[in-house]
Amino acid sequence: MNKVMSLSEAVNKYVHDGDLVYAAGFTHLIPFAAGHEIIRQGRRNLVLARATPDLIYDQLVAAGCARKVIFSYMGNPGVGSLRIVRAEIEAGRLEWEEYSHFGMISRLQAGASGLPFMPMNPTAAGDLERANPNHRTVVDPYGGGSVVVVPALKPDVAIVHVQRADIDGNAHIWGIIGEQKEAAFASSRVILTAEEIVDEGVIRSDPNRTLIPGFIVDAVCHVPYCAHPSYTQGYYDRDNAFYLEWDEISKTSEGVRAYLDEWIYGVKDRAEYWTRLGPEVHSRLKVTTRPSAVVDYGNY
Amino acid sequence: MEYTSPELLTINSARLLRDGDVVFVGVGLPNLACNLARRTHAPNLVMIYEAGVIGAQPARLPLSIGDPTLVSGALAVCSMYDIFALYLQRGNIDVGFLGGAQIDRFGNINATVIGEYSHPKVRLPGSGGSMEIAAWANRCYIITPHQKRRFPERVDFRTSAGFLDGRQEREAAKLPGKGPLAVVTDLGILEPDENGELIITALHPNATLDQARANTGWELKSTPELRITASPTEEELRILREDLDPQGIYLEGGG
Repeated sequence: MNKVMSLSEAVNKYVHDGDLVYAAGFTHLIPFAAGHEIIRQGRRNLVLARATPDLIYDQLVAAGCARKVIFSYMGNPGVGSLRIVRAEIEAGRLEWEEYSHFGMISRLQAGASGLPFMPMNPTAAGDLERANPNHRTVVDPYGGGSVVVVPALKPDVAIVHVQRADIDGNAHIWGIIGEQKEAAFASSRVILTAEEIVDEGVIRSDPNRTLIPGFIVDAVCHVPYCAHPSYTQGYYDRDNAFYLEWDEISKTSEGVRAYLDEWIYGVKDRAEYWTRLGPEVHSRLKVTTRPSAVVDYGNY
Repeated sequence: MEYTSPELLTINSARLLRDGDVVFVGVGLPNLACNLARRTHAPNLVMIYEAGVIGAQPARLPLSIGDPTLVSGALAVCSMYDIFALYLQRGNIDVGFLGGAQIDRFGNINATVIGEYSHPKVRLPGSGGSMEIAAWANRCYIITPHQKRRFPERVDFRTSAGFLDGRQEREAAKLPGKGPLAVVTDLGILEPDENGELIITALHPNATLDQARANTGWELKSTPELRITASPTEEELRILREDLDPQGIYLEGGG
């Protein structure tokens, strides 16, 4: 089935006000272009879940799209504080629900597996378990001690960026795979963004690399450079300079407003955004090649 | 030779690692410490990053926990669920590095909030992987500047477990990890005594016990014979400055 559509159409169709959204990617493959499109379309009251909210949720919160965040590490990775989300929480204007990394991805794993909850061994650091009553303790029914459990996370919509996919949404991902697969399987709807749309034969040439099967995908969007300022392994580098720059931009509401106006409201789509970044950024983020050894599946 | 405070922290942390250790690495100073150890006394160190990278050999200084340089040339890459379940929870990690805004007398760490949780005065990043690392890594080391505000008698929020309210309490919780075995500061090294209380066991050259006491929020005890750590060697400093962090991103400042 051909599910190819523009990102604007996909967001319009599959992201609704009030949705629980999981834009996946642990530092890698973060679908910034989709976050920007959600901002442009003015979604409201979203619940934004991610292990690491990263700049994408800082920007969505800054643009007034969210009422709540669910996270396990709220920082600007490698830089410091995530200023907007932090300030909104401190001011009491943004709800939050918090886990450890393992708690957060155990919730997704449960959601992706169709289970009601997931057990974890105890850590004895009880304060977060007390602060967030979604943590419960149950006795191991087979004897021994007890385990901590967290409920399944079942987002309304997952947005997952991948290196390549076919028109049906069968997707190859390599590099840091974070929680991409789990987010896709846990969610009711899946929007896939891809650096490249390829023939089904390319996917079939390396089936072990397919993390997401097309039949759970709703939309396939061809969005080169979707992940900037995050990165896509083998395609372009992480723009560390922008992560530092955001730390400055996000210090003032004027700075944030100017950024949103210029780089989100002021552009039509990712292609225009990428062009506006200019040749200096393009060349700085280029990567040289380092291919894997060829895998031979054998002809049977 | 002159050196900065981050260099001192990094070098003394590197020396705690043993050849063959499987280490759960964070970015910044722990990453530098592990790479330094790998290039000196621990060539068989296995570096694991919580982003799901096993046996990383970064060719450049990683600037985030998910830097692509960690992946290229690594032994394996797995999902985040697998790294926490198969590697950490299963007991396959020898060493974890931790830091935080506050570390208390029993090595409990706060990385979550200053003030009340529901009405935070300062909202910090939160646990990330530290809750599990502190509980399940076999040995934990904490790296931190030695400042009174970072060493309160009790943390505002217990993000990760040290010895709780004493060693017996941690033992009763039957956690697989041994807990924080050393806190490396820019003044010296703190280690837990038989009750799990952090006491100072070593001073760096030029640091004094009075300084350490003045910068600690509880009555800091010391071992009768305080060890003096060996000064950073020229070779250690050369590797750090020329090979690992030539731009001084992590090693300058605070000096």
